[in-house]
Formats: sequence, C-alpha cells, structure tokens
Amino acid sequence: MKVNSGYFRFFAIGLASVWLALFVFFPNLLVVITSLLTRDPSATVSLPFNLNSYWRTLDVLYLDVLWNSIKMAALATISCLLIGFPFAMAIVSLPKRWQTIALFFMIVPFWTNSLVRTYAIQFILGNQGIINKSLLALGLIDTPLQLLYTPFAVILGLCYILIPFMVLPLYSALEKLDPRLHFAARDLGASAFHRFIKITLPLTSPGIVAGCLMVLLPAMGMFYISDLLGGAKNLLLGNVIKTQFLNTRDWPFGSAFSVMLMMLLGVMLWLYYRASRFTNKQGGIHDSNF
Amino acid sequence: MTSPRPLLSLQGLSKTFGSSRVLNQFDMTIYDGEFFTLLGPSGCGKTTILNMIAGLETSDTGSILLDGQDITGIPAEQRPVNTVFQSYALFPHMTVFDNVAFGLRMAKVAKAEIPARVREALEMVKLNHLADRKPAQLSGGQQQRVAIARAVVNRPKLLLLDESLSALDYKLRQQMQIELKRLQRQLGITFIYVTHDQEEALSMSDRVVVMNNGRVQQLGSPREIYENPANLFVARFIGEINQLRGEVVSVESDHTYEVKVEGLQWQLQANHNFTPGTKVHVLLRPEDLRITYIDEDHKDQFLTGTVVERSYKGSTLDSLIRLESGIELTTSEFFNEDDPSFDYRPNQKVAVNWVPGWEVVLPVLQEDDQ
Amino acid sequence: MIRIFKWGYLSLILALIYLPIAVLIVNSFNAAKYGNKWGGFSLQWYQKLFNNDALIEAALNSLTVSIVAASVATVIGTLAAVALHRYDFKGKGLLSSMVFVAMLTPEIVMAIALLIVFITLGISLGFVSLVIAHITFCLPFVIIAVYSRIKDFDMRMLSAAKDLGANELRTFWEVILPLILPAVLSGWLLSFTLSLDDVIVSAFVTGPSYEILPLKVYSMVKVGVSPEVNAISTLLLGISLVLVVVSQLLIKKDH
Repeated sequence: MKVNSGYFRFFAIGLASVWLALFVFFPNLLVVITSLLTRDPSATVSLPFNLNSYWRTLDVLYLDVLWNSIKMAALATISCLLIGFPFAMAIVSLPKRWQTIALFFMIVPFWTNSLVRTYAIQFILGNQGIINKSLLALGLIDTPLQLLYTPFAVILGLCYILIPFMVLPLYSALEKLDPRLHFAARDLGASAFHRFIKITLPLTSPGIVAGCLMVLLPAMGMFYISDLLGGAKNLLLGNVIKTQFLNTRDWPFGSAFSVMLMMLLGVMLWLYYRASRFTNKQGGIHDSNF
Repeated sequence: MTSPRPLLSLQGLSKTFGSSRVLNQFDMTIYDGEFFTLLGPSGCGKTTILNMIAGLETSDTGSILLDGQDITGIPAEQRPVNTVFQSYALFPHMTVFDNVAFGLRMAKVAKAEIPARVREALEMVKLNHLADRKPAQLSGGQQQRVAIARAVVNRPKLLLLDESLSALDYKLRQQMQIELKRLQRQLGITFIYVTHDQEEALSMSDRVVVMNNGRVQQLGSPREIYENPANLFVARFIGEINQLRGEVVSVESDHTYEVKVEGLQWQLQANHNFTPGTKVHVLLRPEDLRITYIDEDHKDQFLTGTVVERSYKGSTLDSLIRLESGIELTTSEFFNEDDPSFDYRPNQKVAVNWVPGWEVVLPVLQEDDQ
Repeated sequence: MIRIFKWGYLSLILALIYLPIAVLIVNSFNAAKYGNKWGGFSLQWYQKLFNNDALIEAALNSLTVSIVAASVATVIGTLAAVALHRYDFKGKGLLSSMVFVAMLTPEIVMAIALLIVFITLGISLGFVSLVIAHITFCLPFVIIAVYSRIKDFDMRMLSAAKDLGANELRTFWEVILPLILPAVLSGWLLSFTLSLDDVIVSAFVTGPSYEILPLKVYSMVKVGVSPEVNAISTLLLGISLVLVVVSQLLIKKDH
C-alpha cells in the first residue's frame, strides 16, 4: 500500500526526524562526549578525553550517595508495585465503564503540579501535620514522630508522584489477560493462589518490568522530592547531577552520572524485551510496534 | 455479437515480496463490458493484481495498459478505475451521502451537480432513503451497497471488486450476486472481481481465471472451467471431485482411449494426446456418478464397493462408497422421495458407474503427488 | 467478602491519592497561615495572589510555554505518527527507536543533555529554550497516542480515499485527521499537562529572565510556607479540570 507520495510525506517524516535528531540524538551524544572530557573552569569543558569522571564516581563519598539513591528509588519502586498491583487488579475486575472512571479518578490529581503536591505532603508529614496531630489526639504517641526529612518521607513522596506510571502499564497488561485462562486453570483445579503465581504473574511480567522501569529511573532523578521531603541528608542521584551542573559546574562529572543512569535504562530495557519475548506479548511501555 | 474490444491489458507483471514470488510474468487481456473473475486460494496473487490495476501497489516488472494507454506509472488517485474494498472501507465519520460524494469532490465536479449524481448512484443500489445515516448505522448488506455506489459514482472505466461479498452471510451473498450482475448490465462497466469462492465465480462471471502461486492455471468460461478443468489443481479447487488412477491401454480414435481403471477397462474421452502405457487421472464429479444394485451378469461394467455413509443434504442425497481397492468415492444424487432405489444402507454392497464422456482424464504429473 | 475488600482497597488508595490535593484546596481557603488548624474561611490568599505580580507573571509564562509547546508537539507528533504508520522509508527504525528513547529517558538526563545542546548551539536560555525542551519531551507521548489510534484503522479506508482520487494531503485532511482527532486532542492535553507539571527539565534550561510557575513555587516553598501557592494550585487544578471536561465532551460529540 505504500506508494511514492511527494511533499506531504517528505514534510511529515522530515519534521519529526530533524527534531529528534537535533534534540534527542545529538544531545545524548554530547552528554557522552562531555563525560569523557576534562573540567575547565574557564570554558566548562576542554580536552583531553579521559575516563577520570567515571573513576571519580567510585569515590567513597559519591558511592555512598549513589547507593543511598538506588536504595530509596528501589524501595519506592517495590512499594509502588506492591500497592499498584492489587490496585490494577481491582480496577480490571470492574465493569468496563467503571474501569475508565476509576482510571480517570486516579489520574485527576496528577493534573496538579507534582511540586505542589510534594509541598502538600510536607504539610501532612510535618511535626504539626495531620498524621502527627491525629496520633497525638488519639493518645497513641506523646511526642510528634519525626516523619519529615527522613528516607521514609522521600520514598513516600516518590511513590505518590510516580504511582500512575506503575498502575497504567500493569493495568494494560492485566486487561489483555484472557479471562478464559483463569477459567481453564480453575477447571483444572488450580487454587486462587496458584492461578496468580502460574498465570497472572508470568503473563503480566512485561507490564511489571515496564512499570518498574517507568518508576525506578525517574525516581532517581527527582531532586525536588528529596529537597522538600528528605532535607540535606537523603539525596537522590538527581541532586548530585543538579549540583554538578548548576552549582559546582563540573559538567564531565555530572554527565558521567547521567551516562550511568542511561546504562541502567539499557539494562532494564533488555529485561523488558526478555520478559515480553517470553510471553510473546507487549506489556505496556508502548503497545504500538512501529 | 460484435467482436469484443480489449479494455485492459496486463503484460508481464511480476512481484516479489522478500523471497516469495507473489506474481510471475502475469499476462491478461480483459474486454470491454465483461464480468471477469480472478479466482484462487488466498495468497495466489489475485489481490496483488487487483491492487496493481488500482495503482495501490507497484509491480516489479511489466506494464498495464488501459484503453491502449500505459497507466503503469500513474498514481491511484489519477486512474479512471475504482475499487469496492473487502470489508467496504467506508469512511466512518461521514454520512452515506458524503461517502458517495467523496470521489466527486476529489474530481472537482461542480458543487451544484454533486447532489444529483450522488442520488443517482444511491438510487441504483436502492439506498436513497438512508443518505443521512452513518455507516455504523447500516447493516452489512447496506454498507456493501454504499461501497458500490461510492465506487461507481465517478463512472470509472473499470470497477474492481475485492472479495466484496465475503463478509456477508450466505443468503445475502446469493442476493448480492444477482444484484451485482444486474448492476453490471445496467452500468455497462467492466467488472473485475476477486474471490476465493468458486460458487461466486461460476455464477457471476463471463470469464474466470483460476490462479495458484502467482500463475494462471486456467482461463475460460465458468462452464469450461467446471467441465473441463485443465489440471488437477483446477479440478480440485472448483467443486468436489473424485480422483481415480488409470493407465491407457490403447488408442481407439482421436481423443478416445481404452483405459484400465480399478482393474476394469473403460472407453474414455480426453482432450489430451496419450500413448498406450501412460498413467492418467480419471476425475469424476459426485453428481456424475450413479449407484445401482449389483448385477452379477454385468459385473465388468461397474465398480463395486460398500456404502460407508449416507447423508441427506436436502436437495441431494450424498453417499460415501469404499471401493474394493480401498479408494473412497463421494456421490451425490438428486433426492426423489418416490424412488425406492435410493434406499441403500450402510455396509450394503453396491455398483457404481458413470455416464460415458462425463469423465475428465488428465495426465499424471510429478507435482501432483503433493 | 472479596467484593467489599476490593472496593475498600480501591477507595482507600484513591482517598490517599486525593488527600494532599484536598489539604491543598482546603488550606487555600484557610485564614490561618500555617494550615495546621482551621482559622476560618477566607479568600485572603487569593487576594494576595492577585497582588503578587511576579507569581501571576510566572503563571502566565507557564501557560504560554505549555500552550505553545503542546501545540507544536501535537502538530509534529501527529504528522510523525501518520508517517510512521503509512510510509516505508529509510531510517524508519531509527526514528521509532528515537521516539522510544526520548520517552524513556529520565527527565534529569534529558535536562542536562538539552542544556549542553543549548550552550553548544548558542541558544540563549529563556522562552525559546524552554519551549524547545518541552516540545521534545512531549513529542513521544503525542506520537504514541496518535499512532495507537491509527494502527486500529482499516488501512483499506486510506486506499479507498486514494482510489477515489484523493492525494496524500487531502487523504490526511479529510479522512485521517477527522478520525484521529480524539487522539490528537488527548495528545495535546497530555502534552499540556506534562509541560505545566515539569520541574526537572525546566530547572536546567530556563534563564533568569524568564520565570515559570513551578520554578517560582519551588523557590518559594524552599524558604517557607506560602499559602498563595495553595491558591494558585487550586486555580490551576480548576483550569485543568475544565479543559479535560471540555475536551472529553468534544470527543464524545465527535463520535
């Protein structure tokens, strides 16, 4: 069906290609190049090429931050999965009309700026916040709990901001699951637990990996959440990169962290493709194979 | 009848997708005003040919001439050829009227002229009263008619129909077959119809070309194709057929041979030239076979076998007979309630023969044994 | 039993998701500044907001950037989705994998990559750099939204348009566009939301001359409590909701 077709085609392809080349491909290339250059106080970066920035990420100080950052992001991802999976399953079990409504209600709050919502969480977790006040009023505690400026607060904030990115891929994977598989398994004598372990979980694994990918990676970069909820101690990788770029102006070092994040993306994508090849089904990162 | 005028000429069309050859040096001439059908199993290349004529696909080699003019390089939107697509491909966001008017607007027909032309086209398919409906509000048969009206409104020189009736149920399909034929006569447009349904092909066409694997198997009138299939593929594809092996014993006269089939000698007619000793296929349509009681005196004139199954098909009564050699034959007889001779039971021994001359005899080729 | 549990869980999670928003809205009408007790109903923060020219200007700047970025991204993205579906061309695989990469790249990575590019190309940081950056991260979402709609099309419909004499442009305009309009609208809306919500990329690519709302809010809440932020957030949520409802109605009407 594809016949030569002139200007429209040229225009349609050209516009997006040029844009993506100029603002996606080229920039990422530049980040890799920058990470291999040397910091220069007068001109931000200069030759020669070297791997110094990467070696420096292994410095104990940064390794600690890196480890902490990965830990908090990973915990947030796992929490999102544990909260999101039953949530997505509950939505899928609703009648079609209610599914749309439930998803709609889940997404509405995300039309408020995420920064503002983080700020609202600050309100809730504070010493004078709703949680502490209720607990005090109930007599469960005598002195306010220190909730704000803890790793817990950061993880909670990440979870809250990123949960839709977990639920949506899970939902689309669960929705594609043929209910007859469950009937068949039931007919063959599988218990509810076995049906979940042997059918639901393996067949939605691409969706699970997709969801984790869409939570874990952004989570590592959300510097404003750790800024507002974690205080100075609980830093994310995003805070490090931001400081290197906007304060210390050590671009090669900041770029090196960023390249490492992209490598992590590569690993997760590899996992995703393995999972989807295994189930022969797309999970939800993009349902559209170009 | 005046001698037919060639309208469309396809010359040496070939097409390869990856490593598979869809079409191999296809040549064909289609005459003005005829109802021409491309018949074959899916993947035989028939839809590719249709798309090439429409300009929706390009051929690797060869050329297409319409009215003597080479249109090979002309894009689809500029060809005076229209298509009725499989599953209709109506524009769901437009009313029936707008769907039909689409081609006229594209051709920049004067605005004032459009409503009358659309009405005329809808009148032809008897849908004027539904002009304001959206396609989703119509039944399958009505959508089919809209697709036809949309395709003929520009008065194309050629109308292409791609499996156009396949989405309809059996009864509607029968009705539309008659209607298509009527429309074709009324419009005087040449129709090229693509189908995998042999019944459709036989009932509507002036000429049929049977295709397989990108090659022509046989070209002819429906009757020729049914009664004188050129090869085993055509014989098997067009309707049901029984297949027996034989060997030519002697040549009696031109096209008449003495052939040994199932241990008996028969005098058979064939369009081919055989020499004694040639192995042949003897093909028999189920409705050409006759079943009778065994007559010990004329045993050498009948095949003998056992009734395996009898099934009542309404207008016919079909039987499956297993011959002594193990080969099974299907027979089909018109049902006659008053005739007791129909009363064969399973496991009963019966005799089978056929009206001489109704058989088809074909040479055995290597590729037949697949 | 399972039913009750299911509905209970759904409502619990939804309630938790709404809690911060509720706190925000309630506090925007709360006379008490610290928001930890109810000081009576008051519109004073809205009043203060309308006198805070810097905040209003930042909000208007944000709206401008979002509308421009969403619109340009929608145009480019729609054309790209149509092209990706309809045509075969060299580098198609490369183009689609770039879309994919652009969508999955963590914002922080995209932020520094774009910053480096703007500095390299000599594009000054401000309105232009913001708009370019926002278009870039919205683009893949528009492409995916529109593409997933086109791929459900009966391709023969587009052949039919061609067969009836429509060239590529008219096929796009008269057949494809009306049918993908809901997806185009939701692509625009998604872009608009993403753009309005963005903190990370904007923090890197904006300049001192052009302040946008999320960054302004960021600097305000970092220093302390500012109830005007509650007020403007409530207003923006209201605007977003109206937009969504209107677009949903438009889509419904279209069907």
